[in-house]
Amino acid sequence: MPTRKAVLDALSGVRDPELDEPITDLDFVSDLEIEASAAFVRLRLPTYFCAPNFAYLMVADAKAAVLSVAGIEQARIVLDDHYASEEINGGVNEQRGFDGAFPDKTEGGDLEELRTTFRRKSFVSRQEQLCRAMLADGFTPLDLSGMSLEEVPPSKEFETYLERRAELGLEIGPEEPLIVDPDGNRVPKDAVVQHLRFARTVRVSIEGNASLCRGLLATRYGIQEKKEATA
Amino acid sequence: MYEKDGEKYFVVDEHLHFWDASPENTTNKYGEGFIKCFYDYHANLSPDEYTWTFEKYRKYTEEDIMHDLFEVGHVDKAILQSTYLTDFYDNGFNTIERNHTLVEKYPDKFLSNFGWDPRNEEKGLEMLERDFEKYGSKGVKLYTAEWKGESHGWKLDDPWSLKHLEKCQELGIKNVHIHKGPTIWPLNRDAFDVADVDRTATLFPDLNFVVEHVGLPRLEDFCWIGTQEPNVYGGLAVAMPFIHAKPRYFAQIIGELLYWIGEDRLMFASDYALWQPGWLVEKFVDFQYPDDAEFDDYAEITPDIKRKILGLNAAKLYDIEVPEELQLATAGSTTGQIAADPVSPA
Repeated sequence: MPTRKAVLDALSGVRDPELDEPITDLDFVSDLEIEASAAFVRLRLPTYFCAPNFAYLMVADAKAAVLSVAGIEQARIVLDDHYASEEINGGVNEQRGFDGAFPDKTEGGDLEELRTTFRRKSFVSRQEQLCRAMLADGFTPLDLSGMSLEEVPPSKEFETYLERRAELGLEIGPEEPLIVDPDGNRVPKDAVVQHLRFARTVRVSIEGNASLCRGLLATRYGIQEKKEATA
Repeated sequence: MYEKDGEKYFVVDEHLHFWDASPENTTNKYGEGFIKCFYDYHANLSPDEYTWTFEKYRKYTEEDIMHDLFEVGHVDKAILQSTYLTDFYDNGFNTIERNHTLVEKYPDKFLSNFGWDPRNEEKGLEMLERDFEKYGSKGVKLYTAEWKGESHGWKLDDPWSLKHLEKCQELGIKNVHIHKGPTIWPLNRDAFDVADVDRTATLFPDLNFVVEHVGLPRLEDFCWIGTQEPNVYGGLAVAMPFIHAKPRYFAQIIGELLYWIGEDRLMFASDYALWQPGWLVEKFVDFQYPDDAEFDDYAEITPDIKRKILGLNAAKLYDIEVPEELQLATAGSTTGQIAADPVSPA
């Protein structure tokens, strides 16, 4: 029988698309049961009115992740306490897709465009985290603007940056420039400082939203919230 | 008015409510879910001594609001913003009728803004004129995520919305407060996106567009349009209470906002009864950036910048008279910078 650990590991690969953090770290997985080759997962979110499109993506991604575990043949994912729980759970578990779950309420191509929008945002945020760490280590913005990927010292930030860069389908060859925009274009030397300045706003926004969501989830379900360290 | 260390501050609370979410008025599970969600925001971000019971939170009294705003809240003028939610609450959540009872009783303390819904089309335009005649508001509050039958929201640049904005312009209603929520048509797009405000602000340069909650959870999008559109303002409701529960995050948000939008287009709001203005004003006046590298390049927030945010900016939009002694200490002071030619990478 597949282990709990194997299933949880798979679930930790599912990220909240808006917050760019694993749903397991965010405490969104409230229950997991495994019986023979079937897994049953319960998810919860910070509010009753969390945006249904992101909620749907997480439920659908959780289902795919659980099904990827060797030995799991059936997976049922249930989102609790959400205004659209019924539509989302039905849509995912009966494979009707987001359009099928919310008939007449969507337009154009399902949710991939939304997912890409937020991958681009988190790409910018991850790039800023990497560059901020490098600047703190003594590199100058001018250094960064001329750097290629092979010249970047290894770090955790670099790894997560490359991961997202590859997911967006952008080049990650050793001679590719470090700082590119979400379309893969090199940012001109004289625009790097301003580029990173706006990237910082994106990072602050995503980190702040994640912090608020953690707090609301803790209040909603009466669980301990890790308090922000005061300066 | 609030006074600390010899500095005086005129306080306009530009976004607050007088709601009724009592069990008797709650229509369905959505109304129940809505007020519970509001309560979690309140309970999560308020200091313990200012946290109410859920029962009181559902429906508070006129005595509560008068006490919390004007006796202990330092507020000089309060702007009630109407949010109808008639699909969730039998008599509506926070309607102009309910809000206006306070204006009638305390005309020197309150202003109230009504709202309109472009999905009412032609009838909506008539209602707009009627409401303006009746209430004389200088602003409107629009909630784009409001449910109406099968519809779960609308966009500011929808054709019927533009017609309503034209009508506002014609009548001289110059302040348009926009509040984004989690649902909008089409449901597969980002409901919090403020691009519709961007497009609309360009079309109506004579109207002021106040994005409530400074666009949260899309601070970056809001900052971006704020640099493009001189008639876009930020309302600090929901951002303010982070000053207590998440002070570093608050410092980052206010730093970013001052950098991109500048000190002349940000306005204080409590979002009462989500939070109470008293402790927000006190903590904001005491506020300084944390002493570490992350905050090194933010310019200091001087008492004059605080004066603008706490009241003077909103007073300007609403032609509220401010006593001479509560004006800026340094006339024409401006230190908040607006970035030149920013490049959007996202």
